[in-house]
Amino acid sequence: MHELSIAMSILDMAEEEAGRRSAEVDAIHVKLGALSGVAKEALLSAYDLARTETTLETAQLVIEEVPVMIYCPRCQAPRAVPSIQQISCSVCETPSSEILQGRELQVVALELRA
Amino acid sequence: MNSTPRILEVRKNILKQNDEIAHTLRSRFEEAGVFVVNLVSSPGSGKTAFLESTLTRMRSEFRVAALVGDLATENDAQRLARSQVPVRQIITGTVCHLDAAMIESNLKDWNLAELDFLFIENVGNLVCPSSYDLGENLRVVLMSVTEGEDKPLKYPTIVNSADLAVITKTDLAGAVEFDWPAASKNLQAVRPGIQILRVSAKTGSGMDDWLQFITSQRRDVVEHLVWHS
Repeated sequence: MHELSIAMSILDMAEEEAGRRSAEVDAIHVKLGALSGVAKEALLSAYDLARTETTLETAQLVIEEVPVMIYCPRCQAPRAVPSIQQISCSVCETPSSEILQGRELQVVALELRA
Repeated sequence: MNSTPRILEVRKNILKQNDEIAHTLRSRFEEAGVFVVNLVSSPGSGKTAFLESTLTRMRSEFRVAALVGDLATENDAQRLARSQVPVRQIITGTVCHLDAAMIESNLKDWNLAELDFLFIENVGNLVCPSSYDLGENLRVVLMSVTEGEDKPLKYPTIVNSADLAVITKTDLAGAVEFDWPAASKNLQAVRPGIQILRVSAKTGSGMDDWLQFITSQRRDVVEHLVWHS
């Protein structure tokens, strides 16, 4: 369960960015890759806990889940995978270790209120 | 007029701080010529026995040391001290993984230039350690035959982040009717192309292959450095 420390890092980042602009935060937008090692539900509950009694108490956490995409050497194209248990091309089934997306653990944007 | 934008683009990695420290560590390791191995697995997969056997076998030929993460006890460090190489325990308290800052602070008084290999035994956990880069050269996921062949499918994230898989306790494979082809298929499904080694720290079977693997990996890194300097 490392979601709590992830939630606290998210709050720290948002606080810093918003503080610099003396703005209040309505929402924090986060990208969460399927291979990030962080579970969406666990992060949401950890976030609820972490924001209590902070300046970000009313800020919503909006999570965008990012599926895994690989580069398929056979199709020579970016492809989705059947699941994170099967890292292969969803079209031709060729396995690939070249992961193009799906590891994201990123704060993408803040919704601010001046 | 209000100049504050309603939407502020940030685009920052949440683990940026960890990644930055890991990056610094990686440069320090490279400069010192020390090859760093991060061992990850579930609790009870035989990490400590595997590491003890590794350290004992390597110490006559190489300068080796280990950092061992654990939630509460120093038992692992005490066991590993039997291998007579420098070992330091990192007690994480309630934290379920090692992070780059813990590695940095625990290496403070160690002269890395006096080491050829540094082994980091992560906290026994197949979930959390996957997100934390420690600046290592090689991430090894261990899985014992007693855990079952489907372990990689249950924990795909950490297996996908690994460079090598080591199947441990192979002396027990017959007793638990371990299905080797299924284990291999599951590992390859989750992490295509991953190399798999089989070892028993108890009988010593497979340990030579493992030592050969890491010494040749280190040679590649060191020769690469010589080539570029």
